[in-house]
Amino acid sequence: MQPLLAVENLAKTFRSGGRRVTALDDVSLTLGRGETLGLVGPSGSGKSTLARVLLRLVAPESGRIEMEGEDWLALRGKALRERRARVQMVFQDPLAAFNPRATIASALADPLRIHGTAGRAERPRRVGELLERVGLSPDLAPRAIHEVSGGQRQRVAIARALATNPSLIVLDEAVSALDVSVRGRILELLAAIQKTDGVSYIFVSHDVAVVRVIAHRVAIMDAGRIVEMGETEGIIREPGSATARALVAAVPRLHR
Amino acid sequence: MTSLLAELRGLSVSYPTAGRTAFALREVHLDIAMGERLAIIGESGSGKTTLALALASILPPQARLAGRIDWPGLARAPVAGRDVGFVFQDPGSSLNPVMRIGEQVAEGARRHLGLGRSAGLERALSLLQRVRIPDPEAALRGYPHQFSGGQRQRIAIACAIAARPRLLIADEPTSALDMVVQAEIVRLLDGLVREEGMTLVFITHDIGLASGFADRIAVFRDGALVEAGATREILAKPAQAYTRSLIAAHIDFASPRLIEPA
Repeated sequence: MQPLLAVENLAKTFRSGGRRVTALDDVSLTLGRGETLGLVGPSGSGKSTLARVLLRLVAPESGRIEMEGEDWLALRGKALRERRARVQMVFQDPLAAFNPRATIASALADPLRIHGTAGRAERPRRVGELLERVGLSPDLAPRAIHEVSGGQRQRVAIARALATNPSLIVLDEAVSALDVSVRGRILELLAAIQKTDGVSYIFVSHDVAVVRVIAHRVAIMDAGRIVEMGETEGIIREPGSATARALVAAVPRLHR
Repeated sequence: MTSLLAELRGLSVSYPTAGRTAFALREVHLDIAMGERLAIIGESGSGKTTLALALASILPPQARLAGRIDWPGLARAPVAGRDVGFVFQDPGSSLNPVMRIGEQVAEGARRHLGLGRSAGLERALSLLQRVRIPDPEAALRGYPHQFSGGQRQRIAIACAIAARPRLLIADEPTSALDMVVQAEIVRLLDGLVREEGMTLVFITHDIGLASGFADRIAVFRDGALVEAGATREILAKPAQAYTRSLIAAHIDFASPRLIEPA
């Protein structure tokens, strides 16, 4: 079966104070429909750059991305605007990702309007449906983003990502800033959404234990390279790289 | 018998907001033993940071304090920076960006231990070695932006212990760092307090992290102490449902997966 996403030989360097910093170095991976790939590595390993390249927010210097059978990096203008709806992102801090004074209704109606997913008359109903899909009451729609709790806000961010019926959602440290009691419920929500509509996730995290809960496969990144990739449980049991060994060893175990 | 460093008796902290009073801490009774490593566990809004600020007497001026903190382990009321060292979550904002590392680390030693300039820098050099900054001689002349997040936190720890405080308070010192660096910083703090005979109050949301090194755990929720006890006791036999829920929410390699293997 054709994968949803095929990434080949991506390279990207940034210039920082006269020095060249390798952010991505020959990165290749594939992602199937309904699959979650964890992207794990220390700070500065390139995982967020890779996420931004996939969203076409950063252009790579070389390499190829095939998304749903199309040359993703070649898309321009109207075609790009249309296809952008297919790939969405959820960030670590939903307060920074939203206009804090916007209402939940307008935050969810914007993508419906921009991508033409729902006409004006239809939008309030769609907003209600989106809120219900992420386990929130439609009564929250008129509330301002800054009035609701961090967990509710991250649910709204997930609802906004779902608004355009994407086939891929990039989750960039999406549960890292949440309280532990909220984190588990958000992970359950993400897994349930994937089960019902087959969306694929790229789950960026520095916590390999959280990745194991949600991701079928994992790519371990260090210094811009994927140093190891495979079935999550297998890599945790027998990490082959020094990076993966350090990430596995760093997970705090509950000492009972 | 262990002696007490501090006794919190009916400690409440409130802030006047728009006509009413919002309590950040309510009637907390807690003992801190000399030389122990005490983890304060809580989620957002639990009051754990307010407790840390109250212990260090660095609460904002509008905060209203009720109840008492007694310091049977000290001969006098503690002086912030001298008797109590503080490590904040974000070393990027606790370090002065335009001051050389050597002077920042030496500052506490000079002010509180009465060291001169060159003795202060000598102390700074030995502190940078203690927190394992590579090439500490060169680091003395460096600025914060030249260091990684983990190294900046090591430098902030050096600043916090410069005046040889009896109590070191670390407020989520690893939350802004990746997990490999987190493990290194926890190991460093644990080693330092053992070697120096300091008392450590470690504020965290992560009960799993605390369970790896703390002697005692105190769980906070909505400004109130839920329960406190020896780490092993709390983990094995939590008395309160909230503590049980925090333990259940911890994710490590024993947690159930939410997906079917592909």
